[in-house]
Amino acid sequence: MTEAIAALDEVTPRRIRTKRARTSVFWLSLPLLAIAATVVILPLTGLLPDPNAQDLDNTLAPPVWLAGGTWEHPLGTGKLGQDILSQMVAGGRLTLFIGVVGALVAIGPGTLIGVVAGYYRGWVDIVISRLIDAQLALPFILIALAIIANRGNSLPVLFLVLALTGWAPCARVTRSVAMEVRERQFVMGLRAAGASEPRIVFRHIIPNLIGTVVALGSLQVGTAILVESALSFLGMGVLPPDVSWGAMLSAGQDVLTNAWWVALFPGIAITSVVLLVNLLGDALLTHNDPRKRKR
Amino acid sequence: MIRRILIRVAAVLVTLLIAISIAFALGRLSGDPTASILGPMATEGQRADLRAELGLDQPLLLQYFDYLGGIFTGDLGNSLQFYQPNLTMILDRVPFTLQLVGAGMLIAIVIGVPLGVLAATREGSWWDRAASALALLGQSIPVFWLGMMLVLLFAVQWGLLPAGQSGSVQHLVLPALTMSLYPMAHVARLTRATMSDVLREPYIDAARARGLSAGSIVWKHAFKNASLPVLTIVVLQAGTLLSGAVAVEYVYAWPGLGQLALQAIQFRDFPLVQAIVVFGAITFVLLNQLVDLLHALIDPRVR
Amino acid sequence: MTSTSHGTSLVGADSSSAPAGPVLDITDLVVEHRREKSRELFRAVGGVSLSMQPGDTVGVVGESGSGKTTLAMAATGLGPRTSGKIELLGRDLDTLSKQQLRALRPEVQVVFQDPHGSLDPRQSVRSGFRELRRLQPKRTSWTDDVALLDQVRLGPEMLDRYPHQLSGGQAQRVCIARALLMRPRLIVADEPTSGLDVSVQADVLDLLRESLADSGASMLFISHDLAVVRNLCSHVMVMLHGEVVEAGPTEEVLNAPRHDYTRKLLAAMPGARWREKR
Repeated sequence: MTEAIAALDEVTPRRIRTKRARTSVFWLSLPLLAIAATVVILPLTGLLPDPNAQDLDNTLAPPVWLAGGTWEHPLGTGKLGQDILSQMVAGGRLTLFIGVVGALVAIGPGTLIGVVAGYYRGWVDIVISRLIDAQLALPFILIALAIIANRGNSLPVLFLVLALTGWAPCARVTRSVAMEVRERQFVMGLRAAGASEPRIVFRHIIPNLIGTVVALGSLQVGTAILVESALSFLGMGVLPPDVSWGAMLSAGQDVLTNAWWVALFPGIAITSVVLLVNLLGDALLTHNDPRKRKR
Repeated sequence: MIRRILIRVAAVLVTLLIAISIAFALGRLSGDPTASILGPMATEGQRADLRAELGLDQPLLLQYFDYLGGIFTGDLGNSLQFYQPNLTMILDRVPFTLQLVGAGMLIAIVIGVPLGVLAATREGSWWDRAASALALLGQSIPVFWLGMMLVLLFAVQWGLLPAGQSGSVQHLVLPALTMSLYPMAHVARLTRATMSDVLREPYIDAARARGLSAGSIVWKHAFKNASLPVLTIVVLQAGTLLSGAVAVEYVYAWPGLGQLALQAIQFRDFPLVQAIVVFGAITFVLLNQLVDLLHALIDPRVR
Repeated sequence: MTSTSHGTSLVGADSSSAPAGPVLDITDLVVEHRREKSRELFRAVGGVSLSMQPGDTVGVVGESGSGKTTLAMAATGLGPRTSGKIELLGRDLDTLSKQQLRALRPEVQVVFQDPHGSLDPRQSVRSGFRELRRLQPKRTSWTDDVALLDQVRLGPEMLDRYPHQLSGGQAQRVCIARALLMRPRLIVADEPTSGLDVSVQADVLDLLRESLADSGASMLFISHDLAVVRNLCSHVMVMLHGEVVEAGPTEEVLNAPRHDYTRKLLAAMPGARWREKR
């Protein structure tokens, strides 16, 4: 009897990941990687002038396709004749760096806090949930103002702001996912095998959250880039001589009426990168959502 | 019932306390502000004087209780640069910011809600695609950059509208339009999602079976049930809106709270910044609680 | 009570330490919890006593919501308990420290209803075994992975599969293998077949019966199906609304039921009418 039943038992594997989700993740990562590679590799070729080099004979030169534009400065120049293309590349590097590190400093603590609350429940959860609520009730600009008024602006302060404003949404999501995972029977089975609580949390609960955390991280990169651009635009983030896309927008605001290109290109760059990361994050979330995927 | 109300009030107070404590902690624990207020050239004597003026030489716990006491008596301190009570200055600016946020919200609802409904009733159509595109763009564009581009087009290129300052309705159009994009994206997306859920409910089929017209089904039955989440998001968005307002006010030289905050930061006016942060924090905690209360009043299930 | 013929393959290193007393001794167990919504106290298990001797297979029957699972979880110290005394292998759970409790736990293994939920989706079968071996190096050294899989009639190619690549029956057999690996003295099986295809159910039950015979472990078998219990268990306990309405040796209880509810369950058994006629 067992032979026949064993044959019946060999049914097709469950949960075949939707092919579409996987391909869209691929096609969304590709342009992002291309942008990252460009901003890292292009300066190494030595083809681009220094982003802060001033070409005072050529201030506010238009892009090459407009009257007066030259190939010397394909995307035009800024107020002091800085090459916009070089600034785009250098700014992109710093912006992407801030986006990624800014997401990590928010996602790391956020995940840990969320897991602790969701797994241990009880008063720990009550305290953390209150903190999350209070944090979410505070608009990021207030936190940024409070810290920057005190500490001035620098890259570490910017990361502090990003961490303090970004942990709560992530903690809220990981908390609820951890609550769901801890109720699964395999956790009970591990306890029955004598596994310790820290082992269950670090070896089983957190690995099961990774998919969600990666998706949240992707979305958080977008948020971090937007926060950075707003703060730099207001003079509270990246300051010259450092260049970021947000800082370029700040310079562009001064010359908006007579040299629109200074503000146009970094704005397009920010929007496209944030759009891509948001789409990627959504695709990853769908990919990981147990309700949207077959078991 | 009375017990429920008391618990509710206690929860609000606790959240308020946490929020203003966070504001305090952010202001005090991150270091000595006198260095950044006075700059690197200041002598130790000058810094000590300023510390004494700001009360920073007191023990931390005493500072904290002073701070709480001040908030409860409505005293948010005096500005370092304007020599005026912070609260008066804040209240002077609030109407401007409210105008901006209110007008932005109005545009967001007027465009976002119908777009969301159209998208939900015609899934997969161009309306639906427009709504998704709007939702995505709204989350990805830096609002202040959108503001700059609108200035470029409407004020510089076509000369249709003023580029900055305040005073007339024309002055409000561009800033409000800029402000509206982000909440509009949210409102459209949420309206679409809740509406398409509601439209799948059996009672909608029942209404159809009774021969009600499509319009009355959508607006009288479905939208009535979808409006609560939309209302919630509208109020909750106010917090994000203020964050945006600071940059938008800067772009349009709009004399609101955001501009005041920027001036305060520029001049390292530490007490004024702190006052704005506290004022903002209290406003948003209360706003959040208001949403909960509205929920309880409108939706009997939440009670 | 019932004596079991000890098989050869599983009796090895430490069966000598087996105490002569009951495997599981529950006195007056009560479990209450608050309902999420109404906040009212709900008594899931109300004063249950039970004594299991080595080799006993006790079936707990009752409809869903009758407190069967809550009872089983509390009995093994894995779930909440309001009052009552539980002795596992002669040791009172209340007197044990966390450390001692953790050391005692492998003696009791649980096989759940949902086999896929019982396996970490991020862990292959092999690395799951490896983790268990690392957790309990002494208990698990008696066999290797391939022999273990063979025992639950799975091929060695299953070792590198992940839970989502296993069918329900295969996953449940992996779960049973994981339980057997610990060489427990008590196995708690909570509706182990109700999540499976009918065609696979009998196979898994056969496997459980064989494993028990081989290892000499006792089993607390939770089911809503009297036919399965009659087939598998030496004793039966009928539960209704958190209380035991009837208990005793299986044949005695089922041939001469004294409680109405037991009679009702018997009448609802598939093939009941056919048996009566015969």
